[in-house]
Formats: sequence, C-alpha cells, structure tokens
Amino acid sequence: MNKVLMLLFVAGLAIIPLVSGDFYINLATQILIAAVFALSLNLLVGYGGLTSLGHVAFLGLSAYICAWTSTKLGVAPLVAIGLSLVITTIMSALFGLIALRATGLGFLMITLAISQVLWGLAYRWASVTNGDNGISGLTRPSLFGLSLDSASSFYWLTLIISIFAFILMAAFAMSAFGSSLQGTRDQARRMRALGYNVWLIRWITFIYSGFWAAVAGLLYVYYNKYIHPSALSVTASAEALLAVIAGGAGTLGGPIVGAALLVFLKNYASSFVERWNMLLGFIFVLIVLLMPDGIVPGVQRLIRRMRGAQS
Amino acid sequence: MQFWVVQGLNSLALGGLLFLLASGFSLIFGLMRLANLTHGAMFMLGAYIGAGLMRSVDGVSLWVAAIAGGLGVALFGWVLERFILRRLPDNPLGQVLVTLGVAFIIADACLLIWGGDPIPIPAPSYLARPLFVGGFAFPAYRLVVVLIALAAAAGLYVMIERTRLGAMIRAGVDDMQMARAVGIPVSRLFSIVFCLGAGIAGAGGVLAGPILSAYPGLDADMLPLALIVVILGGIGSLMGAFVGSFIIGIIYTFGTALLPDLAYIILFLPMIVVIAFRPQGLFGHVSA
Repeated sequence: MNKVLMLLFVAGLAIIPLVSGDFYINLATQILIAAVFALSLNLLVGYGGLTSLGHVAFLGLSAYICAWTSTKLGVAPLVAIGLSLVITTIMSALFGLIALRATGLGFLMITLAISQVLWGLAYRWASVTNGDNGISGLTRPSLFGLSLDSASSFYWLTLIISIFAFILMAAFAMSAFGSSLQGTRDQARRMRALGYNVWLIRWITFIYSGFWAAVAGLLYVYYNKYIHPSALSVTASAEALLAVIAGGAGTLGGPIVGAALLVFLKNYASSFVERWNMLLGFIFVLIVLLMPDGIVPGVQRLIRRMRGAQS
Repeated sequence: MQFWVVQGLNSLALGGLLFLLASGFSLIFGLMRLANLTHGAMFMLGAYIGAGLMRSVDGVSLWVAAIAGGLGVALFGWVLERFILRRLPDNPLGQVLVTLGVAFIIADACLLIWGGDPIPIPAPSYLARPLFVGGFAFPAYRLVVVLIALAAAAGLYVMIERTRLGAMIRAGVDDMQMARAVGIPVSRLFSIVFCLGAGIAGAGGVLAGPILSAYPGLDADMLPLALIVVILGGIGSLMGAFVGSFIIGIIYTFGTALLPDLAYIILFLPMIVVIAFRPQGLFGHVSA
C-alpha cells in the first residue's frame, strides 16, 4: 500500500514538466534541492539528536568548489563535481572532529561558528570567491549528449538524484547502524555501556550527512549557475533547520514536507512582502511555541486518533 | 612602529567591545543554560537606538545615548524572557530556535525602521582628536572604550564575587535545584541576568558606534566573534569572556590588517586548539 502510494507520488512528480510551465518546474526543482539538503540535515538533527546550525557550510563549500574550479581553473564538469564531493566530504570529516567534541548547545554553537567563519571567508577572500559579487558564469554540463539547459531536463535530473538520495538516506536511517544512531540520541550513556562507540557513530553520521549536503550544493549551484556568500549565511542554515523541525525531525517524510512548505512560502511571500527574514523569524517562534514536534508527526497523531475513534 | 601601536590599540578596543557582548552571553548561558542567539541582534539594536536618538534629538551626548540604548535593549530582553522564553522551560533547543527567530525579526525590523545605509555615530568632540603620547598618536576614543570595558569587567566581577546577588547567581550556576531548595528565587534571577546581559550588549552597541557605526549585518558580524570568544574562554566564565575577548580582538585586528583575505581562517586556529585540548574552554568548569 505504502509502496504503491510512493510510486504514484514519484510518477506524479515525474510528469510535472509535461503539465506545467517553467515557473512551476523551477519551483519544483528548488523544492527537490531543498528537500535533499533538509534530509541530510535531518540525519544529524532528527536521528542523531545533534542540532547543527551550520549545515550550509557543506552546501556552500561544495557549490563554491564546483563554481571556482569550473570557471577559474576551467576543469571538466565531471572533475569539478568529483573534487567538490571529495573535498567537501573530507572537510566534513575535519569539521566533525571539532564539532563533536561537544553535544547539545555546544555542538550547535561550534557548528554555527564554523559556518560563520566560512561565510566571512566567502565575503572577504575576494581573490578566490569574488566577494560580494559571487561567482557567476557557470554552465550546466550536458549528460550523454542531452543538454540540461531547459527547465524540464534539469528538473528530471534533479528528480532522479533526489530519489537516489532519499533511498540511500532512508536506508541509512533504517539500517542497524541507524538504530544505533537513534540509540546514541536517546540514551548515549547506555549505548556506551553496551559497548558502542558513540563518538564514532556520530562522526560517521556527520560525514555521511556532509556528503549529501555536498550533493545538494552541486544541484544548487548548477541550478542557479551562480553562487553568492549569502548561500552560507545563518539565515540559510536556519531555513534548512526550520524545514526539518517544522516538517518533523526524525521522520523520513517530514523534511520533504518542510522543505516544500518553506520554498513555496519563500517564493509566494517574497512576491507580496519584502520582509522574508521577519516572516521567517515569526514562523520560527510560532512553530516552536505551538507545534514543537512538527507537521508530519502532528498529522500522524491526528490520523491515529481518528482511527482510534472509529474502532 | 606607529602601525603596531595603533593596531594594538584597535585590537584592545575591539576586545573591549567583544567583552561587552560576550560577558552577557556567557553569564546567560552559564545560569540559564540558554544560548541566546539574539545577543548579536541586541548589540545592533542598541547601536541603532543610540544612533537614532542622537540623530533625531539635538544635544544628546554619546553617553546618554549609550544609557538609553542599554535600557531600551534591557527592556526588550525582559519582555523576551518573561513572555516567550519562560514558556519553554526544560526545552533548551526550543529556546535557541526562538532566540534565533527573534534575532531575524530584530534584524529585519532595524532594516525596516532605519534603512540600509550605515548610520555613523560620532564620538564626543573632545575625544575625536588623537592623543599624543611619546611621539605616537593614539585615537583617544578607543582608549576610552578600553577603559569602559575594564570598568565593566571590574563591576561585573565585584557584583558576582562580592555581593549577595552574585552569590545567588553563582549558586544557581553551580546547582540550580539546590539553589531553589534553599529558597533562592531562581526565576527572578533569570530575569535579572537576562536583562543585565541584554542591557550591557545594547550599551556596548552604542559605544561601538563611533568605531563600527550602525549598519545592517552588524549582528551577523559580531555574533560569531562572541561565540568564538565564549567557546574559547569557557561557557559561564566571566574571566573566560574577558581573556577570550582580548585574544580574539588581537587576532582579528592583526589578522585583518596583515592578511585581510584570510582573517577569518586565522580566527579558527585558537578555537580549534582550545576545543582539541580543553573542550570546556580556557576557564570553563562545565563542558558544553
């Protein structure tokens, strides 16, 4: 039943370009990219209990490496993509070594500080990053001779990669390793007593999560063909965290729902009001005060309650 | 030589401003276990209140503006603590997210009210000209900022170590339940410390005005520095905030002057060293 629903859902996503115009295709692409990113953050926040406020560091790093090597060094797209993924994954291993010296609020502060340092670097290290001008002039590569320049072709590629990302992250979360990760979230001390290496489990998750953030970064930079330091700002990290928490941390569907809502809201709201940051702030406060465990668990609870009323 | 003297003073001045920001952050964190991410925004709000006051009312001196900025932000802090943070006891993550949300609201409200152009805050005219000592020119205002920070540090030290209020705060930091059990009004302490931290940050923002001026993004520039100071010095430690502020002030100023492109990477190094060898920070007792 669930599998059928999921296939129908994917089929529905796949035909979007056939039934709608470029605006909605691009919106759907943005949602998919945000969803991949939110899913990667969810591995840390939801399953690991490690709230990172600096996850954009990896998205931004991979996007900048790809844009910089492509436009300034002129390397082939495949090389640029490979370099982005490898370097970003290595950097996430290094950052993980630093950030995982702490958990809880300390982890949050260290990840925030790391991403802010990268953000400052993106602004100031103008000889590499072009500073406030950002790096533009990136072109999308063609895949097996097919151009990715149209909105629909890039959407389909993004969809395929997103499905892969979803399956691989879901497999990670539902594996035995994923269960031990949730164990470290709920009862770190008992897990330690049972002989699990809690630190190593968290570190591996940090790296895996960083890798998928790098994938999201590549999609992001090829979609926009441009990268600006604002992609590394706290606001961007906070948006992703909001998508995870609003949707429901520690669920597989939650971050996707959250990402979709956020992208919709951002696109629609910004055509009415200029005050996106203020709106984002208010949503944050309201979600935390009124719906602390997110939309998807909230709806699940509602369904359970309705079923309970029937039987 | 003139370069080293001036940059040395600049780094001390930045260190002093950072102390005004980080000391409140650290105290709030230590007592309330609350990472107050509005702290950078409170600093900026203070700067804007001061700048707005000095621009719209003639004859308001910087010192009056600093007091007004401090009081205004302290009031704001009181409302935030009383009506929002208090609803989320035992939910540190929720509290952090709320403070982050409020930080976005403040930043955007400042942009809405005061616009996108930086507003300069003039130093008092008698401090605007340099002071000549032994053949070197010292910017007088920066000297005064360092002195104010030292005075604030001394005042906070006396308050925490020598007064009854300070003894209650220390008791709350060390063991909150026990403090409650012996009759210390911990929740009132929370309000006091939060207001105090917010007020110092707000006044610090105004005092930073003649050096940094009030501009959108001041919060995002200052918050990471304060975070690094607190990570470096140790959470909840006044001494840690003091030493950490001046270390970061020196590293950041000389980093920016000597290697402008890479100043942010240089900031990283002390943080990594401290986290690797002393995760609780130089002067911290509790690990984060």
